Amino acid sequence: MREILYKDALVEAMQEEMKRDDRVLVMGEDVAIYGGAYGATKGLYEQFGEERVRDTAISESAIVGAAIGAAITGMRPIAEIMYIDFITQAMDQLVNQAAKMRYMFGGKTTVPMVLRTEGGAGRCIAAHHSQSLEAWIMHVPGLYLVMPSTPYDAKGLLKASIRDDNPVVFIEHKMLYAMKGEVPETDYIIPLGVADIKKKGSDVTIVAYSRQLHVAMEAAAELEKDNISAEVIDPRTLKPLDLDAILTSVKKTSKLVIVSEGYKTCNVASEIAMLVMEHGFDLLDAPVKRVCAVDVPVPMSPVLEDAAIPNKQNVINAVKEVCQ
Amino acid sequence: MKESKEELIGYLRKMMDIRLFEEKVMELLARNIIKGASHLYAGEEAVAVGACSAIEEDDYITSTHRGHGHCLAKGGKLPEMMAELCGKATGYCKGRGGSMHIADVTKGNLGATGIVASNLPVAVGAALSAKMRKTNQVVLCFFGDGASNNGIFHESLNMAAVWKLPVVFVCENNLYGMSVAANRCSAVQDMADKAKAYDMPNMICDGMDILDVKETIKKAVERARKGDGPTLVECKTYRYFGHSRSDPRAYRTKEEEKEWRNKCPIKQFSKKLTDNKILTEEEIAQIEKQAEEAVESAEKFAIESPYPDVRELMDDIYAPSPADLLNGGAIR
Repeated sequence: MREILYKDALVEAMQEEMKRDDRVLVMGEDVAIYGGAYGATKGLYEQFGEERVRDTAISESAIVGAAIGAAITGMRPIAEIMYIDFITQAMDQLVNQAAKMRYMFGGKTTVPMVLRTEGGAGRCIAAHHSQSLEAWIMHVPGLYLVMPSTPYDAKGLLKASIRDDNPVVFIEHKMLYAMKGEVPETDYIIPLGVADIKKKGSDVTIVAYSRQLHVAMEAAAELEKDNISAEVIDPRTLKPLDLDAILTSVKKTSKLVIVSEGYKTCNVASEIAMLVMEHGFDLLDAPVKRVCAVDVPVPMSPVLEDAAIPNKQNVINAVKEVCQ
Repeated sequence: MKESKEELIGYLRKMMDIRLFEEKVMELLARNIIKGASHLYAGEEAVAVGACSAIEEDDYITSTHRGHGHCLAKGGKLPEMMAELCGKATGYCKGRGGSMHIADVTKGNLGATGIVASNLPVAVGAALSAKMRKTNQVVLCFFGDGASNNGIFHESLNMAAVWKLPVVFVCENNLYGMSVAANRCSAVQDMADKAKAYDMPNMICDGMDILDVKETIKKAVERARKGDGPTLVECKTYRYFGHSRSDPRAYRTKEEEKEWRNKCPIKQFSKKLTDNKILTEEEIAQIEKQAEEAVESAEKFAIESPYPDVRELMDDIYAPSPADLLNGGAIR
């Protein structure tokens, strides 16, 4: 199969959906002429024109709010917020409007929009451009949360998100845009709420998503050398979360490590650990371990930045502790 | 007056409906039949009814925490509204929205919001959608003087102006943002002036005079429909009750309140109708009686309606995903 970049997989997903459905539009800062800060909208402006691919002012609230207004009146907007750090400026629109409208209005409306943004550390761009705030999103009823780790997943999940009738927050990782992987040229979707087993194993379950999936995979490869067979599960969508897939794996392995690049306190991993305790305590042979970012604003210096987020060794150590 | 007699009667009746509805709400709040917060629209009737009479049925509005008047003026029905305020299953939002989130999306009322200025970008998006779908619809975006001091007001006006969207920003300047007088928290005294920063035309009208409101908004709506972009219209008005029920109104004087009561939009309009020999006082009394009965019957409907079934607590958080996302087309 041909291999393309993660960012090109995203472009392809939007391209196909915009061709398929003329209600789909893209708007955000620098998404048109520039092609997106990370190149994830490149070529769309040339292909679809300024009516459907819109450069906006640096107005995060207005971008998200306008996407909501367009969505509830018959369009299917994709709004890009350049960095997830900037959604803080649009939280009212996202949390109070997009997430709640359907429920608050008695189920009489739908908000079919996608908020594409990116997150994560790795480029030494410090505390305002490196965060992993997915736990904030996961906390709010009414939003879906998608975090693809591979080009293949990026295309299939974005297409599913665009077709979904719910507001979807779609978080890409800045260190994955240039990653290459196999992506079919065909029109395929990956349903939201379906996890993927990225590596089969029998001794321990590692749940990891977005860029940390790759960290977990490296750790799993290394652990093989020590005769520890790790099963690596990528939930791909954190909401809806495929808890069944996680429980099925834990049933087999009896041990669980969760890896996340978000701050440790109230992390996505905390929630997954608790869910497994609630639904599968008897399956566990060891306490659940989480490997998360340190509770510190992401520092600029490469040495400090690396120390702030999980690495392969952290995952290996955690696995070895639960496998003792 | 160029309106037909039926139209004029319709306006009067709608304003009376709103006034009596709000007075009834005040009473039901005091009796603790309506729980929670309610921000009453009494005094501002001419704005909602005047503005909504300047648009078509399939046009949109977005509303505020003081949204009962807008909902009624956009074609909302008294029983469903009262039931919603009482948190009953028969309400517009199945009792989940209450006073602050009253919405009837299918009728173009895109909803009230409990967060000041939060509806402005939503109006911008609805206008963008109307423009892209080429439906010729316009959006009326109601908000208060207080909202014009919020950042999102500026983002929204700017974006609407840049994109020349068919939206009319209707500022209901009732002089107070909760307790803080507009002249104490806004650097300009006419909120309409704020449009200048966005090269947007502005207009000011007497928010206590329904025909003035209607004529002014109409001009803005025509502009929007022609594709000439947004307008900011400021309606000078006043709320008769406090910000919400817990408000003792210590920040304003009895004299001021009386002065504005004398400008009552319903009294003024009634007088105009009798002066012009369109209606007699008896006929007006008759219309008021009908409104009273309608509000009574809405109250009865609301009180007798059941509360939502608690088993529905988790319904409608998410829309069902289209079938093709659940099966078929999926590669795992």
